[in-house]
Amino acid sequence: MSTRYRSASGGRIDRGRPVRFTFDGRPYIGCAGDTLASALIANGVWLTGRSFKYHRPRGVLSAGSDEPNALVAVRRDEARCTPNLRATQVELYDGLAAVSQNRYPSLAFDLGVANNLMARFIPAGFYYKTFMWPAKAWDRLYEPAIRRAAGLGDAPTAADPDHYANRFAHCEVLVIGAGPAGLAAAMAAAKGGERVILVDEQVEVGGSLLDEPADGGTTIDEISARDWISQSLARLAAYPRVTVITRATAFGYFAHNMIGVIERLTDHLAAPPAGAPRERLWQIRARDVVLATGAIERPLVFPDNDRPGVVLAGAARTYLNRYGALPGKRVVVATGCDSAYAAALDLHHAGVKIAAIADVRRVPAGPLIEAARRAGLPIRFGCMITGTTGRLRVTGARFLVITEDGRAGLGETVACDAVLMSGGYTPSVHLFSQSRGKLAWDPDLQTYLPGVSAENERSAGACAGRFDLAGVLRDGEAAGSASIGVEPSRTFSVHAMAANPRGVLGALTHDRGPRAKAFVDWQNDVTTNDLKLAVREGFQSIEHVKRYTTTGMATDQGKTSNLNALAVVASALGRPIPQVGLTTFRMPYTPVTFGVLAGLARGDLFEPVRTTPIHGWAVAHGAVFEDVGQWKRARYFPRGGEDMDAAVRRECLAVRAAAGIFDATTLGKIEVVGPDAAEFMNRMYINAWTKLGVGQCRYGVLCRDDGFVMDDGVVGRIAADRFHVTTTTGGAARVLSMMEDYLQTEWPDLDVWLTSTTEQWAVIAVQGPKAREILAGLVDGVDLSREALPHMSLTHGVVAGVPARLFRVSFTGELGFEINVPADRGAQVWEAVWAAGQAHGLTAYGTETMHVLRAEKGFIIVGQETDGTATPDDVGLGWAIGKTKRDFVGKRSLARPAMSDPARKQLVGLATVDPARILEEGAQIVAEPGGTTPLTVIGHVTSAYFSANWDRSIALAMVSGGRARMGETLYSPSSTGDVPVQVVSPVFYDQAGEGVHG
Amino acid sequence: MLLIACPYCGPRPELEFSHGGEAHIARPEAPADVGADDWGAYLYLRANARGLHAERWRHTHGCARFFNALRDTTTDKFLATYECGQPRPHLGEPS
Ligand SMILES: [Zn+2]
Repeated sequence: MSTRYRSASGGRIDRGRPVRFTFDGRPYIGCAGDTLASALIANGVWLTGRSFKYHRPRGVLSAGSDEPNALVAVRRDEARCTPNLRATQVELYDGLAAVSQNRYPSLAFDLGVANNLMARFIPAGFYYKTFMWPAKAWDRLYEPAIRRAAGLGDAPTAADPDHYANRFAHCEVLVIGAGPAGLAAAMAAAKGGERVILVDEQVEVGGSLLDEPADGGTTIDEISARDWISQSLARLAAYPRVTVITRATAFGYFAHNMIGVIERLTDHLAAPPAGAPRERLWQIRARDVVLATGAIERPLVFPDNDRPGVVLAGAARTYLNRYGALPGKRVVVATGCDSAYAAALDLHHAGVKIAAIADVRRVPAGPLIEAARRAGLPIRFGCMITGTTGRLRVTGARFLVITEDGRAGLGETVACDAVLMSGGYTPSVHLFSQSRGKLAWDPDLQTYLPGVSAENERSAGACAGRFDLAGVLRDGEAAGSASIGVEPSRTFSVHAMAANPRGVLGALTHDRGPRAKAFVDWQNDVTTNDLKLAVREGFQSIEHVKRYTTTGMATDQGKTSNLNALAVVASALGRPIPQVGLTTFRMPYTPVTFGVLAGLARGDLFEPVRTTPIHGWAVAHGAVFEDVGQWKRARYFPRGGEDMDAAVRRECLAVRAAAGIFDATTLGKIEVVGPDAAEFMNRMYINAWTKLGVGQCRYGVLCRDDGFVMDDGVVGRIAADRFHVTTTTGGAARVLSMMEDYLQTEWPDLDVWLTSTTEQWAVIAVQGPKAREILAGLVDGVDLSREALPHMSLTHGVVAGVPARLFRVSFTGELGFEINVPADRGAQVWEAVWAAGQAHGLTAYGTETMHVLRAEKGFIIVGQETDGTATPDDVGLGWAIGKTKRDFVGKRSLARPAMSDPARKQLVGLATVDPARILEEGAQIVAEPGGTTPLTVIGHVTSAYFSANWDRSIALAMVSGGRARMGETLYSPSSTGDVPVQVVSPVFYDQAGEGVHG
Repeated sequence: MLLIACPYCGPRPELEFSHGGEAHIARPEAPADVGADDWGAYLYLRANARGLHAERWRHTHGCARFFNALRDTTTDKFLATYECGQPRPHLGEPS
């Protein structure tokens, strides 16, 4: 296999295993172990994408997760097409199909490149400046055009067929990053015998050590860097409580040492095993965290620094030593730091012609520079790179020598097919900053370093500003040891070429005129000119400059660009960098899929679904369901093609004519038990409970201490020391929590226990004039007569062979019973009642009919008639207040003068003048028709239905001073004009209330 | 996600808890005797502290008990958790 830019030997690829792949449809061959980026480079392909704004040709810039340019989509099928992947992290597999993005119609010929010629008209902040007017143009013109232009990949067209795993983990020490510092820290921490987890985003551990050549060069403890990695892994494997996870990116540092990690499981496989999770979300809680996240190489900022073939020097070294891929045959190295010399030397030894090393520093010195000099490499000091030539790939580099007195010397162009650049390294303080640790400016290194920690965390190695290998290893050993509370003990013997860690920041001097584009942020196409323009236009805070120019706001979050941008802005402002500040580092460190965050919470598992024991019966009988909180409730039971209106009409008539059966299981139920149960109820509810006899029921109203209605429900006294409290379906948890709050924190002296029994009881409501006849044959030892079991009473007995609490209650205004039986017997009892009722015309009804029937009686629903600002009296429940009670929750607030203002909104009924016209719930009420806006609103409609029993529309409303307006005509403005309504009593049906006593 | 030390159960993830607002706001013994301003203050006025904050938590999905905590709202660090009815501990305050 011959690939033009593959080195003769070396690298951690498997040259014996060729891998076929395509890029933009063209076939290529790489090796097992390649990334997409390294395989493309080995094939001499540098053009990998078009830039976001100017559509300029772009190539691979880096070799890791910091890559801003080489974003590709990898496509397996319709559903598995992942956009915006960094080619530097995509592992090659046989048959991989990758496509470039942000180009039309093709990568080499792109129409959007016109933006590059129009650059003068799309300056910084052009979003804010250009598309202002007219507003109407947004929908049809601006937004579609921007969306087309703002292409960063396409989402897949089919639903995600994969599943994603989720794991919680706990450990004493979590080490993030498995370079030399991380490995040393993990080995030190492992000695404690506790749980240690080591995560790394790369395919294999080793970090920067993987960039070392296979032989020669750096040794640790007298063995090569690679052997030391293997030895370290073997050491860690000997500890049973140490876990090493690769392909795992720590993307977020959450409070109290909770770290979010995404582990990529199958994306690198040619044929993922069926059913295997694609990614796993780890939520790791650690006692101690060691951050060993390394550093990111900074580009040099000079004109045309974005041409394909211009690559970071450290990345070029990675491609050579780790992947056996040559960046070119004749390369130029432009640098402001020592480390680029290592790349030049390694390439030189691999047979690559070093055309020039342009070092912006005037008199650098050190072993690397000395080695380059000895190797005969052509070094120019005080030499600025001021541009590149070429179109789709660099063909030359322009230099400008700055003389000792600061004057520009002669310019010169040197032919080359790659430019390696380095401005030094920026410590990766992202996770430290996310942990809310305070960063500190280091004037010597000219960078921000971890300062004061906020969590139980330590930074070690390059992310803490330590760049010499011996120091990095010592740092790791110290951090790992400190994490388990011991003194560091291990020493390392290191032979490595020392490099000055200092680099350069900001833009290089050039002679190319004001229009030359020197890129700072590759991914968002931000140049030095954009940043300077923002400063000229008055932006001073780096946070504002960031938003105005969008620098650092792309998917790479400015990993390669932030510090250079800061330096350019500081220079334009004429202030030192620490005074300009630093933008906030936000999670995720690299983009995270929605799939892995959703995990199993999709489809049926998105949210818990609560069903009652009668649910199966309702499904079998064709019920249409509605969601009430997490409950599925039968809304109506259509027969023979009925729509909802027809079904509800039939159900409503049937209940009042014969009987209906209704599943009330979802009502919240709380058992209040104890010697002080009655006193507790007295204090909680507005009602008086002391005189409620055993076996009697009462409609209870619960207020908050601000006096507004919070919940309601029937309460039965089971025994002197036991109440069966019901709540609304949605309010059950809230009410129990409020009761617990008062009981535990205000009245701990009360001897009371509260137990939620919502799930313990199935509740079957049988309502209607035939209810007693239907139940008569089913009960054992229960006297259902009017005298023995009057309205608002309860008894114990056996119903259909099942022990039951039988309540005589009505939410319909008809004779009614609610049978409470243990939940697991609910279906059985329901079936028995249903069978017994068939001869009496028993009809199953749902929540919609329940709503209509209660509205016909003027019974409120908390949350429908009330909105958190209604007092009991507002909704006609003033009668329920226990007037002689010294106190109850809400009583003091109800005594406020505003609470008895006659102008408060009060519950009334509304009868439309046109009986067929049904009002809209939520519609406003006004006193005068034909008003102009703003209207004076005096109320709103809370419930509106067609009442089959009254054969006309009915509505409940909250109207200012409503009870004094009986008979008045008011209006409800609607899209078809003002609808006249008459104010009536909220009780539409059976105003004498005789039905319930049947 | 915060790690909260329930005084009854030990450290548990925030998911198991509900926040209960500021601590040490006792309901007046005889509300009827409380003036309108004081009652309004009891209902609505809260310290909303930047820094040390005594607050209530309920271990809803655990032991279900309310307890108090002293938390720094700027760092989310818990200085202490303690049972209801105990006084606010003197921690982290300038002496
Ligand atoms: Zn607990």
